[in-house]
Amino acid sequence: MMEWIRKAYLSFILLFLYAPILILIAYSFNSGTYSTQWEGFTLDWYRSLAKSSDLLEITFNSFLLAFLAASGATIIGTAAAIALKRYQFLGKKAMQGLLFALLMSPDVVMGIALLVLFVALKMDLGFFTLLLSHITFGIPFVIVTVMGRIASLDENLTQAASDLGASEFQTLHKVILPLLWPAVLSGWLLAFTLSMDDVIISFFVSGPDFEILPLRIYSMVRLGVKPEINALCTILFILTMAIVFTSRKLVGDEE
Amino acid sequence: MRKILVGLSWGWLGIFALLPLMMLFVVSFFHRGVSEFFVPGFTLENYIRLFDPIYFTVFFKSLILAVVTTIFCLLLGYPFAYFMASYGKAARSYLMILVIIPFWTSSLIRTYATMLILRTNGLLNTILLKLGIISQPMEILYTEWAVYIGMVYTLLPFMILPLYSAVEKLDRQYLQAASDLGASPWQTFVKVTLPLTLPGIIAGSMLVFLPAMGLFYIPDILGGAKSLVVGSFIKNQFLAARNWPFGAAISVFLCLLMGAGIWLYFWVKSRVSPEETKA
Repeated sequence: MMEWIRKAYLSFILLFLYAPILILIAYSFNSGTYSTQWEGFTLDWYRSLAKSSDLLEITFNSFLLAFLAASGATIIGTAAAIALKRYQFLGKKAMQGLLFALLMSPDVVMGIALLVLFVALKMDLGFFTLLLSHITFGIPFVIVTVMGRIASLDENLTQAASDLGASEFQTLHKVILPLLWPAVLSGWLLAFTLSMDDVIISFFVSGPDFEILPLRIYSMVRLGVKPEINALCTILFILTMAIVFTSRKLVGDEE
Repeated sequence: MRKILVGLSWGWLGIFALLPLMMLFVVSFFHRGVSEFFVPGFTLENYIRLFDPIYFTVFFKSLILAVVTTIFCLLLGYPFAYFMASYGKAARSYLMILVIIPFWTSSLIRTYATMLILRTNGLLNTILLKLGIISQPMEILYTEWAVYIGMVYTLLPFMILPLYSAVEKLDRQYLQAASDLGASPWQTFVKVTLPLTLPGIIAGSMLVFLPAMGLFYIPDILGGAKSLVVGSFIKNQFLAARNWPFGAAISVFLCLLMGAGIWLYFWVKSRVSPEETKA
């Protein structure tokens, strides 16, 4: 009896979480354009997606932005995590406070704060402002991920390296970074996902010459999303699944 | 090496995190501009305006939305985390991935799909009509219900994950001991399980509550024009009304409010489990 309740409840919640995704996949094969009724199977939306250079370009923009932003956030975030964990420096407490504030403050506040900065600096809103913003909001998440791993790092190893005559740089390069690698990688992945998913901050700091997917979808939602978007999202979802399961397999093999 | 690492991190965070937040604070005291976004000066008028009942209602409504969303997430998420932790290692890690995957797909897209489900002629109504549970389609979309469903749907994984790690850490021997000593399952739950998983409950609630205060696109999409939350309110000041100083003042006020909430959290936490806070 208990077992039955347990299974039913877990399935119910999972159904709740997955229903929208499944619906989207189903609609991407539905031949009705804006209708919610099932009108037969079609691959038309995938065909017209393949021809829609506009949508493909926007998708590419999103990937490019997420890739660069995640890489930037990972470099700076890892540097900050190592600095916070290994060194004493001026304003360390202040930096910790700032990071906490960044993690806690609502995205909308961060978005307008960056907008004020860019306007004050007279920067044109577009690719660079998006990139700078996405790097910035990714950093705290990378730091948190990497810090967790540094905490479990064996101090004896870095001590041994420096006893054996390694310079600070060599210790970092040969000992710390290889040990941190899995955390750095998952920090990158987290920053990448956050960048791909962000609507709120991008909303304020983007310009007309560089469009990204979430904002395009946001502008379409009210009027009805083109079925090509359903097809695109289905492909992205399957891609995500593939990445998640492959990376799990890789990590699993390592363990 | 130390200089490079510290310099790089402080350099970036200083320019792109600390500076903008400070500028926002400064702008909140500026005057409104006609052709430019703001006119330097000093005024408290933006803050005084906040106490207008209209704006106060917006804050209050957002707060209620965030609190109710958090409660629903907790009520739905706790049993899930609890049941999940009772499975074997392999099943648990699969359930874990299943919870995380939706988080990997665009929340905007999922909100849009939720809209498709909740429409008057959408999937939910179609199924309920076919099953004969309702005789007329329900109007859910563009009501508060839709907003709550959308918020809970988007934020539920953030509740489940910390709850799960708290329940998983729970030493089952305590439960055994409680029942050996004659406690009923309910007593065991209230007196043992709940206090021991409290850190997870608090962490999950924070992870749901904080974004819930700022997420503007879910109420925008699912609630229609009727539901104005503080997030969209700030957005409107910046993009539609073009009153940046007032928008900045609302943001500063929101941050103060949330800062107070976080302080309260640590205060409660230090009362509940003093040892853990010290560590």
